[in-house]
Amino acid sequence: MAAKTTYDFDMMLSNAREAYGEELYKMACEGKDFVFTFSDNVAPSSSAGKLLKEFPERCFNFGIAEPDQVGASAGLALSGCTVFSQVFGPFLPLRAADQIHTDIAYNDVKVRLIGTHSGVTAGGGPTHNDIADLALYRAIPNLTVVVPADAAQCCKFIRASMDYEGPMIIRIDRAGSPNVYAEDYELTIGKAIETLEGTDAYIISCGSNLYECLMAAKMMKEKHGSSIGVLDMHTIKPLDEDAILRVAQKTGNIVTVEDHSINGGLGGAVAEVLCEVSYKGNFRRVGMPDEFAVLGSTDDIYHYYGMDRDGITAKLEEMLRL
Amino acid sequence: MSEKKLLTIAELEDKCVDIRSDLLNFIYRIGMGHLGGELSIVEMAVALYYKYLNFDVMDPHKEGRDRFILSKGHCSETLYTIFSDLGAYTQDYMVEHFENLDQYKFGMHSNRKKCPQIEVSAGSLGHGLPIAVGYALGARYRKENYRVIVMIGDGEFDEGTNWEALMAGGHYQLNNLTCILDKNGLQMTGTTEHVMNIDPVADKVRAFGWEVIEIEDGNDMAQVCAALDHLPERDYAKRAKPTFIISNTVKGKGVSFMEGNHKWHGGGIGEEDLKTALADVAKMRKA
Repeated sequence: MAAKTTYDFDMMLSNAREAYGEELYKMACEGKDFVFTFSDNVAPSSSAGKLLKEFPERCFNFGIAEPDQVGASAGLALSGCTVFSQVFGPFLPLRAADQIHTDIAYNDVKVRLIGTHSGVTAGGGPTHNDIADLALYRAIPNLTVVVPADAAQCCKFIRASMDYEGPMIIRIDRAGSPNVYAEDYELTIGKAIETLEGTDAYIISCGSNLYECLMAAKMMKEKHGSSIGVLDMHTIKPLDEDAILRVAQKTGNIVTVEDHSINGGLGGAVAEVLCEVSYKGNFRRVGMPDEFAVLGSTDDIYHYYGMDRDGITAKLEEMLRL
Repeated sequence: MSEKKLLTIAELEDKCVDIRSDLLNFIYRIGMGHLGGELSIVEMAVALYYKYLNFDVMDPHKEGRDRFILSKGHCSETLYTIFSDLGAYTQDYMVEHFENLDQYKFGMHSNRKKCPQIEVSAGSLGHGLPIAVGYALGARYRKENYRVIVMIGDGEFDEGTNWEALMAGGHYQLNNLTCILDKNGLQMTGTTEHVMNIDPVADKVRAFGWEVIEIEDGNDMAQVCAALDHLPERDYAKRAKPTFIISNTVKGKGVSFMEGNHKWHGGGIGEEDLKTALADVAKMRKA
């Protein structure tokens, strides 16, 4: 639980979408036994493309037919395979919701559904935004849901999932952010990481938004001398309730940040935990408001909705009356 | 094996009478079911479990077994009845463990984690065929010689996932995959022709790259066996068309007041109706 990062990031942009393919390719080269199902959006030139090229017998393209892909992935798992399955953004949770619920979760099979282009990172407007998936996944029994903070963490989850029973969702964004962890660390599914320790407030976040949270914490220190902690809640389900309660008791000031609707996602999950213990402190959610997003670049959309470092800082200032 | 396989048409026909009677009694006792569809699939289910499937109800997870997936999961009581007849459970045990909260083993829709003879938990329609496609791909990848057979309903065939999976089955030339369409012509509120016409289904399925076998009367055991005799050999490596069997059946088959009546799609059966139904079914037994 110790702090694992400094403010000095490796500014090379990491890309979880490339990294998962690279990791799968490495694992195949190491002789690990799994199969890969995918939709018609995995470019031959991508890292996953190498897997397709060199291990074609274990890769199955389902075209543009997500329910069939997810259902067939359940069948592959029932036949004894460990299955990684990649689907683009909202077409996993929305198009294949019934298959995730029934074929994957109810049948309780070893399928790792890799949802790429999470939140508003795909661009292209609301049809391509993935803002309701966590709300769906959180309500489905048997699912484990992880949201890696960076490419390296994504690789850790991909590898760890080989020895993890039951179905899993791995939610990654389009382009990624800097690797936020300066050194290697132990990653445990279901155990949050206290990426940054603080005494005034804590930001609880997940995915590549974690980087903006760390930058907001830095801005708060520079502007106000505030000590803002950051909790990497990489596992949305099962949720590390103990970690939430600990940082809530420690500071009495909690902000959640996620690239998802503020309804039903990480913010909702944290609020439920806090309400059940009659938490009397401050609590704010940062994320997509209950509207279909404006159109623009991801950075611009984040800024518009206060999901970037400036917006998170403003939210902290408002909460802390600074 | 739990029981000697039945090989003759007469033996299989006789078994269908037993299963229909046991099924009716079971539905009477548990108070719910989908008798129309459960009766229409009896000949096919009996032919599969007593003759064609490499499957032992007493060792249901045995490696190399054929996989049978009942996609029209609301007809699971027919399978439970067969499992019982083959020695896996007594009917009393099934009644006791039918939807009895946390002790349940059997439900109106089947759960593979509760009843190990069930390959795939089912209930929501349009799921079995995509799962079967994956299962068949998995058998090929793992170099295992078994058949994957999925049974779907003709009402269920409205679901678009079936058509996605038909496309994939043809695309991957899954010769180890068979889909059986129980075409009883009725769905919950009327005829399939009226509700949503699926015909000409044979032409449509052929166009997706499948080999089609039509059974004129899917409640005639000789015709059912003739069709199943044409299933491809178990050969995971062979790439050729998957098989699609259209089994024309009668919903409620064997019970005079249920046959062709969509109102017997779901529900239980009362004592008086049970008596009449059992008498009707008994008449099906050939001397």
